Amino acid sequence: MEKLSFRHTTRTALPGTRASAITGVVASGNLEVLLERNLAPDACHVEIDTAIKGYAEVWAAVVADFVARRQPGGLTITINDGGARPDTVSLRLAQGARLMELP
Amino acid sequence: MMDWRQERTARDARLARARPHADGKVVPAARVVDLLEAILQPGDRVCLEGDNQKQADCLARGLSGCDPARVHDLHMVQSGIVLPEHLDIFEQGIARRLDYSYSGPQGGRIAKMLYGGQIELGAVHTYLELFARYFIDLTPNVALIAGVSADRDGNLYTGPNTEDTPTVVEATAFKNGVVVAQVNEIVDRVPRVDIPGDRVDFVVEADTPFYVEPLFTRDPGAVTETQILMAMMAIKGIYAEYGIRRLNHGIGFGTAAIELLLPTYAERLGLKGQIATHWALNPHPSLIPAIESGWVKQIHCFGSEVGMDKYIRARPDVFFTGSDGSLRSNRAFCQTAGLYACDLFIGSTLQIDLQGHSSTVTTNRVAGFGGAPNMGSDPHGRRHPSDTWMKAGQEAGGTGDPALRRGRKLVVQLVETFGDKLVPAFVERLDALELARKLNLELAPVMVYADDVTHIVTEEGIANLLLCRTLDEREQAIRGVAGYTDVGRGRDHAEVERLRARGIIRRPEDLGIEPLDADRSLLAARSIKDLVHWSGGLYEPPAKFRNW
Repeated sequence: MEKLSFRHTTRTALPGTRASAITGVVASGNLEVLLERNLAPDACHVEIDTAIKGYAEVWAAVVADFVARRQPGGLTITINDGGARPDTVSLRLAQGARLMELP
Repeated sequence: MMDWRQERTARDARLARARPHADGKVVPAARVVDLLEAILQPGDRVCLEGDNQKQADCLARGLSGCDPARVHDLHMVQSGIVLPEHLDIFEQGIARRLDYSYSGPQGGRIAKMLYGGQIELGAVHTYLELFARYFIDLTPNVALIAGVSADRDGNLYTGPNTEDTPTVVEATAFKNGVVVAQVNEIVDRVPRVDIPGDRVDFVVEADTPFYVEPLFTRDPGAVTETQILMAMMAIKGIYAEYGIRRLNHGIGFGTAAIELLLPTYAERLGLKGQIATHWALNPHPSLIPAIESGWVKQIHCFGSEVGMDKYIRARPDVFFTGSDGSLRSNRAFCQTAGLYACDLFIGSTLQIDLQGHSSTVTTNRVAGFGGAPNMGSDPHGRRHPSDTWMKAGQEAGGTGDPALRRGRKLVVQLVETFGDKLVPAFVERLDALELARKLNLELAPVMVYADDVTHIVTEEGIANLLLCRTLDEREQAIRGVAGYTDVGRGRDHAEVERLRARGIIRRPEDLGIEPLDADRSLLAARSIKDLVHWSGGLYEPPAKFRNW
């Protein structure tokens, strides 16, 4: 297991008022993403528990792109990773952000 | 005096030597080795029908059972290297030289034997290219083919998997060659005549029915959400954009996902009747929901697919069928159809380089090509316009009178940035180049050349290479959809954003695609069982796909 933590500042807060959402499942090749709206509107923290070591650089890039594209200000995002590929991580993060935007 | 009949005389001698082993044209399976040893001569060019799907396996075992002291140095000219016997004969010294197209299941072993020098390789061809050479400089002396049944005159019913047979027989029988067919049974009257008896010299009643590989069945249960996302992008960003009606799909899960989204996602976009109506395609089970929902006007097939016979028989408006009701496939005609009459080819690959060349060859697997390099190429012999073709031609640029500008076929690579075990699909240099260097090949085995590829679709977005005007733009467009591979992370971010502003790169959000839609509930069928239900019980999946 490896624990990674990323802190970003965003230009805007993520729209919507939903307090929390969860998407995905903990399974091999998949991941579970918990999103909570509990930070300042320009802050986003991402905490990752991953089953596979040695991909910190890729995680940093995936998270940075997600923050740049979605501007998820206000969110703490906790990820339980079962060895998902980067494309699955990106998709789950996008889906999680959309869930938080929905009424 | 010139002797103008040397080949005919040689053929007569072969037949005379073989006749004692036959009762008329009929040869029992137990006499196959005797028959082949009588017919074959050292150095013969032989087509041992190994197709994409159907295999003349009884004759393959027979050939492998021949005495290498009598039968040796054969030059094999066949599209598929599929059975172990296809390579055993090279180890035994029965065969020496090989010209072929596809070697899917034997890809690893063929690579080893090429490196070991056990096979003298002519070339790895596209299907149409090998078929073409059957009529020019690779005409078989002997063809060993497979059919479902024959009568005692040699009239042959190939069944739904006609595949390469008519082409192989045409080239062999009309150029003084000998044709031997294995069949599952000898009957009084064949259901329909696929090959007339006067082109078949001997008929072997095989000990077991010929083997057919279920190559085109993709279990919807294994389609991932990333593949659904990519399928949505292809439908919205390419099929809808160019109004693609006439098309061919590869056999990957990505294209299966597109097939399964037609009656759901594409229907919701109002595209029914506007896209995906006319196909050059094997009977993919994953297309059943689209057919049943009225999306598909007609399909011409290269071969068939295990379990689809009853369904096809019940849908003659959609498929090409014979007077007996069963499918008539034909690989040469369908490849021609895919080349000249389709506006789009979309398929997957294992490696794409910075220019857009793609290959399925890796350093330890030579899988060959299948149909992709032919259908995934822009046919310069095409002269009929279509809106799709003209729009693509316009995007590719060019100057002068528009009436003198060619259109362009759309050739789309649908690839996930990482394959199995996190192997990147985008590379700086194709493994095919290393293979060519090691084997001393003049040409690296490239599946689709860069100048034929028009679009690359990954989970990150669509790169439209038609709109790129410089090699540098092209490289950045490719890097810009290459995700988190080294190639993708080596992008120039500012240039990629400029390409995005020009519509050369389009992200899911640029296309208005909702990420929450990338869910398995969007698939029209989520299991093989669902496909059976859609077909009204007519689709009969092979045992390995039944898990209920």
